[in-house]
Amino acid sequence: MVAFTLNGEVRTLDVDPEMPLLWAVRDVIGLTGTKFGCGLAQCGACTVHVNGMPTRSCQTAVGDIEGASITTIEGVSGKISETVQAVWAEFDVPQCGYCQSGQIMSAVALLTETPKPSDDDIDSAMSGNLCRCATYHRIRAAIHETANRLET
Amino acid sequence: MSQFLSKHNSVRPTRRRFLVGAGVTTAGLAVGYRLVLAASDIAQTTTAKVQANPFQTYVEITKENRIIIYSSQFEMGQGSYFGIATLVMEELDGDWAQVDVVGGYGNTALYGNLAWGGAAQATGGSTSMSSSWERYRKAGAAARALLVAAAAQRWDVPAGEIKVASGVVSHASGMQARYGDLAEAAAGMPVPDDVPLKPRDKWAQIGSDSLKRYDSAGKTNGAQTYTIDLMMEGLQTAVMIHPPKFGAEIESFDATKAKALDGIVDVVQTPRGIAVVGRDTWTALKGRDLVEVTWNEEKAEGRGTAEIMAEYNKAADDLGAATARDDGNTPAAFASAEKIIEGHYEFPYLVHASIEPLNAAARINEDGTIDVWGGHQMPDLYQAAAAQVGGTTPDKVRLHVMKTGGSFGRRAVLDADVIIEAVSTARALGRGKPVKVQWTRENDMRGGRYRPAYVHAVKAGLDKKGNVVALHDHIVGQSVLGGSTSAAMIKNGIDPTSVEGATNLPYAIPNLKVELTTTDVNIPVLWWRSVGSTHTAYAVETLIDELAAAANRDPVDFRLSMLGHHPRHAAVLKVAAEKAGWDKPLPEGRFRGVALHESLSTYVADVVEITLNDENGFKVDRVVCAVDCGTAINPDQIRAQMEGGIGFGLGAILQEELTLKGGVVGQENYDTYTPLRIEQMPRVEVHIVPSEEPPTGVGEPGVPPIGPAVANALRAATGKTIRKLPIIKNMSGMTP
Repeated sequence: MVAFTLNGEVRTLDVDPEMPLLWAVRDVIGLTGTKFGCGLAQCGACTVHVNGMPTRSCQTAVGDIEGASITTIEGVSGKISETVQAVWAEFDVPQCGYCQSGQIMSAVALLTETPKPSDDDIDSAMSGNLCRCATYHRIRAAIHETANRLET
Repeated sequence: MSQFLSKHNSVRPTRRRFLVGAGVTTAGLAVGYRLVLAASDIAQTTTAKVQANPFQTYVEITKENRIIIYSSQFEMGQGSYFGIATLVMEELDGDWAQVDVVGGYGNTALYGNLAWGGAAQATGGSTSMSSSWERYRKAGAAARALLVAAAAQRWDVPAGEIKVASGVVSHASGMQARYGDLAEAAAGMPVPDDVPLKPRDKWAQIGSDSLKRYDSAGKTNGAQTYTIDLMMEGLQTAVMIHPPKFGAEIESFDATKAKALDGIVDVVQTPRGIAVVGRDTWTALKGRDLVEVTWNEEKAEGRGTAEIMAEYNKAADDLGAATARDDGNTPAAFASAEKIIEGHYEFPYLVHASIEPLNAAARINEDGTIDVWGGHQMPDLYQAAAAQVGGTTPDKVRLHVMKTGGSFGRRAVLDADVIIEAVSTARALGRGKPVKVQWTRENDMRGGRYRPAYVHAVKAGLDKKGNVVALHDHIVGQSVLGGSTSAAMIKNGIDPTSVEGATNLPYAIPNLKVELTTTDVNIPVLWWRSVGSTHTAYAVETLIDELAAAANRDPVDFRLSMLGHHPRHAAVLKVAAEKAGWDKPLPEGRFRGVALHESLSTYVADVVEITLNDENGFKVDRVVCAVDCGTAINPDQIRAQMEGGIGFGLGAILQEELTLKGGVVGQENYDTYTPLRIEQMPRVEVHIVPSEEPPTGVGEPGVPPIGPAVANALRAATGKTIRKLPIIKNMSGMTP
């Protein structure tokens, strides 16, 4: 039995402690915004926040999250994430949209840590998030725009 | 449905004569094609026979005031639902907040793709807008006309005095109504024989730069669901074990240990491999590791890509098996040419590698009907395939057209692979037991259906004045269409998808020959975003650039001098060159390249700028793209598709390659098969060339020119054309 906080609520899970957090969140808890892409921490589609840090849930075992605070795309909140999400839609960033939960979780973590990121900051923070539609050009623009809006 | 169709099958839509019809449904007003449905007809057909899809319409307005648009075209991220909704909304004058778009299916007469004569419902070849351009605007206009007629009757005022805007029908007297309030009455109005469409100068939605996609919000908050996200009572998850080599078959398997694992429901042999069914994905994956399979590899493909490419290179030097284009007399022209450039190009196998790995869900119902959920890019084909595997008829197969995490061609698969796996697994589990087959990334990479590998043997000659007098391209590789349900498209030994982009070369070259040798390799292949142009554009556009250099001519001027009869090609090239500042000098260490290509009737030119560096050779800094796709329906989506096509194409030519050794695929995940990442994405600017021609597609044509444009910039920097892809792996030792 593992106890942790998920999107602000205390949860307990009685599953194989080796089960990746990704599958626990999706298949057991039923929150499907966190996506499966590779199972190898190569694509970032499964990115969630563990104690505020962007983390690949496909490589995080349920047994290792005792007491942790987990945030998924469904639970992300606050001025930064709201602005990111609004700008994302305004800039028509998503195409198929499948990787965008992970992109947004990484972008929110970046902007929390670095309120005014440079292109290089963006490239290094977002490099782990693949987008096969290659919406990168707009992701970069949307992060800059979010930073500008949050500054004012 | 068959009864329904037999009554009306003499009426077939054509591009020129398209009339709409309308009828009452239980939901409200349904506008489709000229089939006036009486309520009694629907009741009769639904009770007498299973009706796979009772609402075979284009536009439905419900009493609850929703506008539901049934899309004939599949949404895989490229924005076809948005494009089609834009066409409807332009004429219907609704409020975007009312709009839902869902995938229609089950009626070829209604949803057949007009770009291919309406013979089947399918999405591909960047044809969604050209196929939908007239039919969906007419449907929107007819729905509007019927709503106006209903209001006119209800308020007893002339129809001409009624105004419609943002989902509200109103009259100067103060009367007003929502669409939903009029839907039922509108369905009873006589259908006009034809409805006029708005003239171009009255458009408010088509061509609007400020119009944004209606479906973005759900893609930013996790609410958008895909096949992988399906939830329903009793749903189990299955993971697949596929043969280790293409063509290998199951000799025997032992699932005892897997079945002993808590949570494993069953282990099922399907026509395509073994499905391990569990209560959740993780359990199924653990069970999969415990299944022991003995494979029979007698019929398996045992060659590796090194052997295959060696065979292709040899074949490319021989005569081609078939001739796709033969203008003038190339041998004679080469004999008298002043200067000749020749060589071989090598293109590797490529994977679509969409981030959502392939999947589908199926349930055999108690009454024998079948539900299939998935990325149904070819609904007619999948309905038939599911029926065959499920032991029933297509009209008993209900499709649920899901959104999909990318496709790039992979969801339009002629053997219906993952659909077959899902339906056969569901059948094995028994009635009333839904199952979702979910491939892992490794299944997806190793599961075949790749962009075929090709070799091009090219030769081109210049005369004394530096004019191109002859060009010969012999293409060697597998046929995408061969052995498929579309094999009839192969004529005289030419699969048009192998040679497109070379056979329609626009340059005025008096002696031009394109040959094709189709190879027999047991590696499953498929169309991959922009199909033949993925390799032909690279070969011909780098060759033309080399010829320009050999003739000591500017690459843009050289091309323009051969485009006298192709003004649309010339126009995009001029725009890209001008916007990129082609005539202006570049800083030290920076180089430019240009490429021009028409694919699927859309014209695209790219000018790229690269910087050489010590770290990994070079970086693509900037891409200026010009596109002519006829009438621009959603300008911002045209830009988005060009940007995405550039990133997709750039990743492929820089670093994507699928290899095989002894018949075994060498890449399993994104650590070894490497699409473009954000730090490699250049700055992109897209310029849309204004046009009043009918719209053509943008999903694919952004891909082909980026590769040769980058290669041409590299040649400008180093003097050498990279003829073997991917570039990064094959550029070692190159120095400026």
